[in-house]
Amino acid sequence: MDTLREIRRSALLAAWFMVLTFPIMVIRVNTITNTIEWRWERLILISVGSFVGSLVWNYFQRRKRAQGGPRPQTADLPADLPADLPAELPATDIGSAPLTPPVEQRTWVDRGLARVGMSRATFRKPAVAVPLIVAALGVAIAYPLVTSLYQTNIMVSALIYVMLALGLNIVIGLGGMLHLGYAAFYAVGAYTYALLNHYFDVGFWVALPIGAAVSMLFGILLAIPVLRLRGDYLAIVTLGFAEIVRIVLTNWSSLTLGPSGIRSINRPTFFGLSLSLSQSINLTYFIALGLVIITIFVVYRLENSRIGRQLVAMGEDDIAARAMGVDTVRAKLTAFALGAVWAGLAGVLFASRTTFINPESFRVWESVLILSMVVLGGMGSIPGVILGALLLILLPEYLRPLSQYRLLVFGALLVIMMVFKPAGLIPKRRRLYRLQPEEIPVPDAGGDS
Amino acid sequence: MILDARGVSMDFGGLRAVDRVDITINEGEIVALIGPNGAGKTTFFNCVTGMYVPTEGTVTIQPPSGSVQDITGLKPNRIAERGLARTFQNIRLFPNMTVLENVMIGRDCRLRSGVFGAIFRDPRTRAEEEQVIHDSYTILRKIGIDRYVNDLAKNLPYGAQRRLEIARALATEPFLLLLDEPAAGMNPQETRSLDELILRLRSEEGLTVFLIEHDMSLVMRLSERIYVMDYGKLIAHGAPQEIKNDPVVIKAYLGEDVSA
Repeated sequence: MDTLREIRRSALLAAWFMVLTFPIMVIRVNTITNTIEWRWERLILISVGSFVGSLVWNYFQRRKRAQGGPRPQTADLPADLPADLPAELPATDIGSAPLTPPVEQRTWVDRGLARVGMSRATFRKPAVAVPLIVAALGVAIAYPLVTSLYQTNIMVSALIYVMLALGLNIVIGLGGMLHLGYAAFYAVGAYTYALLNHYFDVGFWVALPIGAAVSMLFGILLAIPVLRLRGDYLAIVTLGFAEIVRIVLTNWSSLTLGPSGIRSINRPTFFGLSLSLSQSINLTYFIALGLVIITIFVVYRLENSRIGRQLVAMGEDDIAARAMGVDTVRAKLTAFALGAVWAGLAGVLFASRTTFINPESFRVWESVLILSMVVLGGMGSIPGVILGALLLILLPEYLRPLSQYRLLVFGALLVIMMVFKPAGLIPKRRRLYRLQPEEIPVPDAGGDS
Repeated sequence: MILDARGVSMDFGGLRAVDRVDITINEGEIVALIGPNGAGKTTFFNCVTGMYVPTEGTVTIQPPSGSVQDITGLKPNRIAERGLARTFQNIRLFPNMTVLENVMIGRDCRLRSGVFGAIFRDPRTRAEEEQVIHDSYTILRKIGIDRYVNDLAKNLPYGAQRRLEIARALATEPFLLLLDEPAAGMNPQETRSLDELILRLRSEEGLTVFLIEHDMSLVMRLSERIYVMDYGKLIAHGAPQEIKNDPVVIKAYLGEDVSA
């Protein structure tokens, strides 16, 4: 019955699409001969396409509904114990229940891993983790040596965006602050290097920390006025800030050379060796790789620290966090400053890679793109954000054969993702703390106070 | 006297939500603040804990082992640092953090590690983190919700969420605990076990408790003194028995026409 209804609905939808797209897809006026061409074959294409598309869409929707909601069907799991426990807890009943695994935090990643007999914990075992990391590093290092210059170049830009996305993740994923002006800090980093190089001939390695520091300064400068803002208001102010930075860069021609940009910025150097173009691109790749590894390391440690906890709490409930003694002013400043540091580093690298920058590289679109990476990958989830950044940069590159439909396909993919995986590709999971054995409650134990 | 609020007033535009309220609390007491809805009880709590800056008046504290300090207009986190911890009328946990992390946030104002400690994870930071986990877990056991340690706060049953709020407040090492309607929405058994918990906190932790509550049976059982507010003003103050029979209080609760 259900299938029949679905087919009927899909057929209706297809018919509607045929009507809707009729004027643009079928009729074509030939202005030279003043005749109208009727391209009926396209109508058939659209009807079949939308019919099949609708069927597939419905199938996945149904599957998602079947998976969502309460899912205790998987019998191999210790079930949803917490929800079933009696609502009332006698005060004297201290530590009599075993620690229940938090079933509700399981995502499709965990379910998939469980199907092959693994869990996230598997990857934390050194015996599994070390070879995996070594293999990943090996692939990453071998990459520029075995692929073409073109591929390496794409990968460098992907790595730069991974840095940017991880940096923005500190502000959005952890701190829950909607920051739409991230490209401004990227611009500050890039222009810091470009200007220092243009006027004072400062090299890449010296400019790298300076760019990060200047960008951090701007991060703090922006954070001070927006300390009291949240949500939409914060988004608008940060958006405005990004535009201000871009407009200043465009119009302050005497310093920044205006819209024509700064050209022939030096590429990174390697102990004063003279490098060929391909060597220098490979070097940029390795610098980007190194910076990404440092970024991952630092962001991971920040996330699992007091600062990370403060930021998450602040994002969850600002007022409660303050009432519980969290210095949210300092936490916000820290988040903005740290986020800006990574944007600054990425900016310096970007300027040295392209050897030419102008304000057009730092439009609002850049901020939105980086934001999409964070949201698509899964806010606050480091592997998710990395995956999101790689996908959003590499996908359009590899979709180039589809040339004019590239952005259309890209957009459609994003919509599909958001419908079926609203929490992102790899959703964030809260860290679980392992407690010392003597802290694990034993039956009949009293409180240890 | 560990809390002394003098002439505290709070105006919102033309509305005077709290009008020259004087409240004092002595060490080791359980004091209740009652009154009809909209009387200004929570607003007064907010003035004391720094969520609002009172329009007039001063709030001073004297911790059991300290000197008198003026805390009027301090930021909420500074007040929490000085030993006043509160819970909220409508539960305000961090829903997507685990129960343990919620309590760890409470410990936050007693921690010192910063960004560089987080990145380099020096021995001092590591020791501090381990201590936090241990302390937080100990508090969870004390409150009796340690079985939920790794669950997300939003998935806890209602009563356990209320308890978690108290646990989180305890984690800040307060000397004065301000509870805003701790028994709201609880069934009679839950309320009774809450009674026990509050009494236990006083006897074992040496806490002083100041609570807003609508559940009169709980107020009468627990509190030694009761303040009554109506329309922003303090209308009565005394021992439970006196308050119970005070015609002014009865009038405030039941209206003009009912004779006592």
